[in-house]
Amino acid sequence: MPEETKGPSPASPQQGGEKPPAPTPPVPAETAAPQAVAAPQPETPAAAKPAEPAKPAEKPAVPATAAKPAPKPEGPKPEPWESDLAASLRSQYGTGIREACTYVGQKYLVVDKSILYEILLRMRDDEGFDYCVDITAVHYPKRDEQFDMVYVLYSFPKNERVRIKTQIKDGDTVRTASGIWETANWLEREVYDMFGISFDGHPDLKRILLPEGWKGYPLRKDYPILQQDQEWVQINLGIESGQ
Amino acid sequence: MSDFETDYRHAKPGQSGPGVTDYLDLDTKDETFLDATELVLNMGPQHPSTHGVLRVILKLDGEKVLGTECIIGYLHRGVEKIGEHRTYAMFNPYVDRMDYVASVSNGLGYCEAVEKLLSVEAPPRAQYLRVILTELCRISSHQVWLGTHALDIGALTPLFYCFRDREEILKIFEKYCGARLTTHAFRIGGCLYEAYDGFEQDCKKFCDAFLPKLDEYEELLTTNRIWVRRTKGVGILNPEDCIALGVTGPVLRASGVKWDLRKAQPYESYKDFDFEIPTGLNGDTYDRYLVRIEEMRQSVRIIRQAVDGLPTGPIIAKVPKVIKPPVGEVYHSIEAPKGELGYFIVSDGSTQPYRMRVRPPSFVNLQALDKMVRGLLVADVVAVIGTLDIVLGEVDR
Repeated sequence: MPEETKGPSPASPQQGGEKPPAPTPPVPAETAAPQAVAAPQPETPAAAKPAEPAKPAEKPAVPATAAKPAPKPEGPKPEPWESDLAASLRSQYGTGIREACTYVGQKYLVVDKSILYEILLRMRDDEGFDYCVDITAVHYPKRDEQFDMVYVLYSFPKNERVRIKTQIKDGDTVRTASGIWETANWLEREVYDMFGISFDGHPDLKRILLPEGWKGYPLRKDYPILQQDQEWVQINLGIESGQ
Repeated sequence: MSDFETDYRHAKPGQSGPGVTDYLDLDTKDETFLDATELVLNMGPQHPSTHGVLRVILKLDGEKVLGTECIIGYLHRGVEKIGEHRTYAMFNPYVDRMDYVASVSNGLGYCEAVEKLLSVEAPPRAQYLRVILTELCRISSHQVWLGTHALDIGALTPLFYCFRDREEILKIFEKYCGARLTTHAFRIGGCLYEAYDGFEQDCKKFCDAFLPKLDEYEELLTTNRIWVRRTKGVGILNPEDCIALGVTGPVLRASGVKWDLRKAQPYESYKDFDFEIPTGLNGDTYDRYLVRIEEMRQSVRIIRQAVDGLPTGPIIAKVPKVIKPPVGEVYHSIEAPKGELGYFIVSDGSTQPYRMRVRPPSFVNLQALDKMVRGLLVADVVAVIGTLDIVLGEVDR
């Protein structure tokens, strides 16, 4: 069948495909605006997110590229993210948007858990963030709200990436995003597997990398690196220890 | 007639008495047999065409696939946990062990992410060297894919051709950094090794020799009737599904989405080079094959330009001996041969990362398997697993 063998010519430019325009600079010019402009900057240490440099500033911010041996240069600081999107979200949700910042040119939002699902849905439907790159979590055992949930989103039309973060307590459940992006299914399963965070409404919430019946959540900070579920290993592998 | 003689195995054609069909009738009278239209079949984890230790549970109606479930994690080594217990420099070799057929790309993504955290940029010469090695690595990864994928479908020769030519790339790696597979080629801030004497010539020689070889691969497959029948229209993914499922890399491009991180958000020195992003039309296995073949050609183009324009100068930026990035977090991703490979690193200002998250392309792409094989035949599952180009070391980490 010679007609079947005539495949598409991959090298030819594709009219239907979405062609991202010329690379946009990672930091929009407005983000360089002085810190003075509003933006709910977290000042209370309790609510402060970890990215906030907690150290007392020994020196005013110096670009870290200078690798002078002398006093350690202070790293870059998160700057308020000034854009239409951030402004409209702020005006709509008020204090629900805890932070809207950029750090080394990367934008992120810290939102209240109660509006997380709404924001994610809005990001996909209204703002064009149609691709959910990654969902993960970070554990801060000393904090009251122990976990950071991190959603990395990307917009094909805008060629832009943004991180949505929220803070949740141990034992809290999060509404699943698998209804928004199908890819969230496995990514959330991995978060459940590694951190023990449950997702409401998830179609198939069970462990993915570790075996069913494993005890403990390895990526929590209170799980030592050498720890194993010895009982599971003995029963299922028939050996004394996996070490 | 004794019982022995009535046994159907001994029934002769034309012979009267109970024959094969009678026994079959008996069996089919069994009610449970009649109702059993669905069959659950286990494939893997030890199966040659699952490319490692992937286990797929297939729900079948005869030969037709009704649904699948992937069981993964057999190769889980806790790379992310290890990352939290190693210094930034010590973790560097570990990332090579994730996608072990494209270790150079893994290292590039990791080094770049840490450099971003440190606000350091590799000097131009290092960037060019990195591009050359990463593109060589992309070719070698695609060669492994092509060889094994064709083997799964039943074409034996491409495997030998691909591995024969891949050897030349591995030799370049070996001469450059001493290792063939888990190269640990890059360091945070640039490269550790200067290009060896004759590096440029070796790369050029490879490029010149490789293009005719690529035509040879195509001669074997592109118009091969069996190949076309086995791959055309198999495992179709439309662009909307691709985006919803987060599928990236050649699989996304074969569905017609012209998106490549090297162009969309250029890292290293990719903006200096002139190359095309190949895309497909139908999003089937055949298009994915064409896209990857064309990507190899484009990689050759990039390598030639990079070798010609290789600047002089230092190969590593000034980074402190003890790497202590400031408090902060970054997500950085590169276009690995399999798709978007991202690193999300949280630093607490100490010498070890507070959180090291790897966003593996294989893991996310594998999730599309179920959608792709529904309604196909069992033999097509093998083709689709091959076309997704997964590496279980990266899926499980």
